[in-house]
Amino acid sequence: MSPTRPEPVTAAAPTPTPVLSVRDLDIRLGGRQVLSDVSFEIGAGQFTGLIGANGAGKTTLMRVILGLQSPTRGTVRLSGTGQDSPAPKRSVGYVPQKFLLDPDIPLRARDLVALGLDGHRIGLPLPSRSRRERVDQMLSAVGAEGFADKRVGRLSGGEQQRVLIAHALVSQPRLLLLDEPLANLDIGSVREIVALISGLARQQQVAVLISAHEVNPLLAVMDQVVYIAAGRAASGPTDQVIRSEVLSRLYGQHVDVLHVHGRVLVVAGSGDSEPPGEDITVTHTHGTP
Amino acid sequence: MTGSAAVFAPGFFSSGPVHTALALGGVVAIVCGTVGVFTVIRGQAFAGEALSDIGAAGGSASFLAGVAPIWGFLAASLGAAAAMEMIGVQRARGRDLATGIVLGGSLGLAALFLYLDSTLQTGTGTTVTVLFGSLFTLNSSLIPAVVTLSLIAAGLVCVLQRPLMLSSLNPDLAAVRGIPVRWLGVAYLAALAVAVALAALTIGAILGTALVVGPAATALRLTRRPGLAMLAAAGLGLLAVCLGVVLAYDSYLWPPRGHGWPVSFFVVTLVFLFYLFFGSSGPKRIRQREQGSR
Repeated sequence: MSPTRPEPVTAAAPTPTPVLSVRDLDIRLGGRQVLSDVSFEIGAGQFTGLIGANGAGKTTLMRVILGLQSPTRGTVRLSGTGQDSPAPKRSVGYVPQKFLLDPDIPLRARDLVALGLDGHRIGLPLPSRSRRERVDQMLSAVGAEGFADKRVGRLSGGEQQRVLIAHALVSQPRLLLLDEPLANLDIGSVREIVALISGLARQQQVAVLISAHEVNPLLAVMDQVVYIAAGRAASGPTDQVIRSEVLSRLYGQHVDVLHVHGRVLVVAGSGDSEPPGEDITVTHTHGTP
Repeated sequence: MTGSAAVFAPGFFSSGPVHTALALGGVVAIVCGTVGVFTVIRGQAFAGEALSDIGAAGGSASFLAGVAPIWGFLAASLGAAAAMEMIGVQRARGRDLATGIVLGGSLGLAALFLYLDSTLQTGTGTTVTVLFGSLFTLNSSLIPAVVTLSLIAAGLVCVLQRPLMLSSLNPDLAAVRGIPVRWLGVAYLAALAVAVALAALTIGAILGTALVVGPAATALRLTRRPGLAMLAAAGLGLLAVCLGVVLAYDSYLWPPRGHGWPVSFFVVTLVFLFYLFFGSSGPKRIRQREQGSR
């Protein structure tokens, strides 16, 4: 359990070898082509937004990256744990989607974080000083000291997200995947959680892939974006992807990208040729409070 | 002294059947509590009930075959666990349906076997013994087998507690850590089948799940740590069985005189009362939490 901070990389500089590299991925799910030709890379400390409407394939793509599902074509390569290590458990932290815990589960916030360290272990969980210190350290890194000993299922949504992020990061992975962590959070918590994740990504040099159906909460912190729509993906630096030409090509119809008070609005250009079943008229406005 | 004499009827401490009942019932209660915590967390109470009822078919068949009922209970519960796993435990709705259908068929078999038991043999107590247990009639020669099975089931759950907890919270979260979620589910179902077979032996196939689910559900309200929850559930189950044995022994002096009340009645009622007593604070606490999060 050595700390994974292999080379001193400066915060924003792209690393020579990416932590995650996704190449020419085709994914089918239940006989339906969900995504084709997805390629992107994430370097250490890089914050990447995976943006797409509900049902666009964000969760499926994450499951493929996690190895929970296999692609029909293409490769997912994770580097970082050492070149040729067989890596029995992959060094990926994961926060699943719509994850709310039962209020009666006998588990304190600190127990859930500890499971991130040794949840795969067989045997009785004997108390260990180093384990406890590591858990305490992680709890304070996510600002969860105040409710560390409370039942995790009885915490608020934002508090549960903090604990889950601590659970995902406590084993010091090189890659952190968060599936819609901002859904069901109030606006204040959204801001706090985004700031927390981007801060931790830079501090711990973790490559972050965070999915959202809404681009605006992530605009300020994203280094790059993977935008999926109509079964395809566009990826690159945020300002080069969230543009009318790129998104129009992706959606297969004219789309305008408007900038309003530092926010982005993606609006279908002409109302006459909307593709069936996909509502893209005003996909990315923030719900006005 | 008069106080303890009033609680413990004369001869309680010197009675062989009481010793056996306390030993077997106590061990089984501890296993059921330990295993039951995860039954409640995983939402498998219905699966547990099904394993138990299917065990009734095995228990009643064992009387016909002239085998000790524990092996009948065990074989049927384990077989049912395997069948449920093969039918598919991935989808909750499909699982409930499959469990319900297998359960119905097995109870039909139990009805046949119990009928044959009572007509072919002169003993009339078989039906009651299989369905509602009879702790005082158990033979002390069962102790080694029961203790061995208990160690296997409780040991398995204790040793697997961390992966079990993680996979019960979210299967993907466990799979990402390299935990073989499906095999873990199979191992747990097997432990549950053993616990349920042991419970069927002591308090009957119909009531067995009460000892698995009841103390565990109460324990979840009492503690917020997984290890403590298992200890509390084991302790509550043990308390219910011991008090149940004492009360059943005392009941020989109650009306109708000379006919003791069934020990299973006391055990299950105590389990239920524990839950009412400790569980009643649940909704209040949840309300407080909701107010606190505003």
